[in-house]
Amino acid sequence: MTVIVIAGGLSHERDVSLRSGRRVAQALRAAGRTVVETDVNADLVELIRGTEAPVVVPMLHGGLGEDGALREVLEVLDVPFVGPTGASSRLTFDKSIATSVVRAAGLAAPRQIALPHDIFRELGAPTLMESIGQQLGYPLIVKPSRSGSALGVTKVDDPASLPGALVAAYAYGAVAVIEQFLAGSEVAVTVLDEGDGPVALPPVGIRPESGVYDYESRYTAGATRFVTPAELPDDELAAARELAVAAHKALGLRHLSRVDMMVTPEGPMFLEGNVAPGMTETSLAPLAFEAAGRDLGEVFSSLVDLVAVS
Amino acid sequence: MTEQPLRHDTRLDRFVDNYAERTNGMRVSAVRALFAVANRPEIVSLAGGMPNIADLPLGDIAESMAEMIRTRGMQVMQYGSGQGEPGFREQILDVMALEGITAHPDDVVVTAGSQQGLDLVTRIFCDPGDVILAESPSYVGALGTFLSYQVEVVHVASDEDGINPEALRETIARVQAEGKRIKFLYTIPNYNNPSGVTQPLARRREVVETCHSAGVLVVEDNPYGLLSLDADPIPAMRSLDDEVIYLGSFSKTFAPGFRVGWVLAPHAVREKLVLAQESATLCPPVFSQFAIGNYLTNHDWRGQVDVFRDMYRERRDAMLSTLTEVMPAGTSWTHPAGGFFVWVTLPEGLDSQAMLPRGVNARVAFVPGSAFYADGQGARNVRLSYCFPPADRIRIGVERFADVVRHELEVMATFGVRTSPIERRTPSGPAPDLT
Repeated sequence: MTVIVIAGGLSHERDVSLRSGRRVAQALRAAGRTVVETDVNADLVELIRGTEAPVVVPMLHGGLGEDGALREVLEVLDVPFVGPTGASSRLTFDKSIATSVVRAAGLAAPRQIALPHDIFRELGAPTLMESIGQQLGYPLIVKPSRSGSALGVTKVDDPASLPGALVAAYAYGAVAVIEQFLAGSEVAVTVLDEGDGPVALPPVGIRPESGVYDYESRYTAGATRFVTPAELPDDELAAARELAVAAHKALGLRHLSRVDMMVTPEGPMFLEGNVAPGMTETSLAPLAFEAAGRDLGEVFSSLVDLVAVS
Repeated sequence: MTEQPLRHDTRLDRFVDNYAERTNGMRVSAVRALFAVANRPEIVSLAGGMPNIADLPLGDIAESMAEMIRTRGMQVMQYGSGQGEPGFREQILDVMALEGITAHPDDVVVTAGSQQGLDLVTRIFCDPGDVILAESPSYVGALGTFLSYQVEVVHVASDEDGINPEALRETIARVQAEGKRIKFLYTIPNYNNPSGVTQPLARRREVVETCHSAGVLVVEDNPYGLLSLDADPIPAMRSLDDEVIYLGSFSKTFAPGFRVGWVLAPHAVREKLVLAQESATLCPPVFSQFAIGNYLTNHDWRGQVDVFRDMYRERRDAMLSTLTEVMPAGTSWTHPAGGFFVWVTLPEGLDSQAMLPRGVNARVAFVPGSAFYADGQGARNVRLSYCFPPADRIRIGVERFADVVRHELEVMATFGVRTSPIERRTPSGPAPDLT
């Protein structure tokens, strides 16, 4: 078997993807696997076809990597790969669709509205923004519907700040999500399914020194405290794990995912799902593996074996 | 699955409380991360400042380097002088003579690129809290160096002829009245990075005289001086005043990979630079010095510079003509007479940093103007470079850039936003795409 780790791609998160891919590839090599690393390019299909017994690990973040497109191609090529299918990735990557699916499954998630720029232009932005503010109340979170690593995300405290936040979100894509702000403890729960059903790993509590878990806080070592398991009562930790597994199932995910949530006084609420969780030195899933007594190489070895035989 | 009972509390850096204060600005940034896409073939990168060395006679250079290793390998691969090889320093004088500089080889210190020269100059002159004056805008790599020494950078208003002398006089008086110590004026008089503007000779004289009479040292950084595209080079500021500290480089006239630059400084300053160089690196790269010396001796390097100038002229003209054809009303830009860069001023209210993700979506990369200020200015500006992509790609890139600007204007008009609220941080130093 040869494991093909795909990283890079043409998205706003290319840098993060390259770092995740290198780390997973190194861990798999340390676990004794034969690994080829590649970017997404015109030679990729030939590389896969020319490799004996390939198993693909897509470590692409954003764009083609998480929106399901590349995974659909892998399905067409009938190549086994680690992680959710193309269809479920497409559904999960779009924050507006994922939240609707999770809410439809009866799980807790913030109220949100997802709109393209065009609708504001055609209906008149001031009236629409006023209605949205009245509907959801302030503060709000504004974010691109299809992006990651907190890029383009703004907390909006008052109506005057909403237009600027929308402009920032539309710089990343055509649709912006305006969401009810949730106060509480931010927690990330990695879900792992090695063939015996999805299991939630210990929730990781996120405490950014700046107070905001933005891009800098995510990828600057030392800028954020991570506490695993999160400093929460046992019943809340259990509820967070239940929500993660339930969301993983509702979104049709498989093998490995990460569910980000806010633990509020009313309980944990879904924020977003990740079909290709970051695996960098400062990412959350590796911390969960460690807390569960697992090693990055061992986890991915287990998953590539799982998909190779299925 | 076994869960460890103990709670694991980490910041993922066990030395996080041990770092020096000067590392405070050294953080990951989303803006820098966006440049990761710039090397993808789908992207037209108008961001990078990499010289195009494709026209170098690589076969000839390889043969003469091989000969150099065969005949002098024991010398060129050994430690060398902390000041730089004596014969090579004499050759550097020949290069500087083209811009009117006469000097003694003893006053030249060879460095690992002019970037290290700038670092050494800052190291020997600046304490935390000192002030360095710089053009508006100024080179991002210099700002990173200055800030790493915890220096306060004060920008001096500049116009189409570079630093405004009246503003310079006012700034010096104001800063000195505040009781702060100005250690030097940092300037790139030829084809400034990023603005592309050039100080005419009369302006140079006025700037040098103003600084001289105010007791302010001038540091002249001149990596692009020989890459004039329309006329002969203007005499360097160092040719007007022997007390000017001059930074030179082979990165643009030959190749940057050798990492060889130099500092020409008055005797006493040079003594300290050599000691600082020895403590930093023991000696500048010996192999690279001999390799460049070999190139200067055995190749028509002046003819090669002419080849570079013809190539860059074609690319500059492609960028300027396309800007004229496609940019929306309200946009203006500089018209560089040499070097690598055009400085664009966007319609009022636009913020180039906020537009960067839209640029990635449109497959074009550019550098937001705020990277070239230490104080948060430059939101309306963009640096476009024409040095690396060929002319046809430059035209495509500028067309895409114009579309990005138009779309941003459209979105801002929809929401009635006059300025984009972007939080700014000071630059943390040069990334390869930004140099």
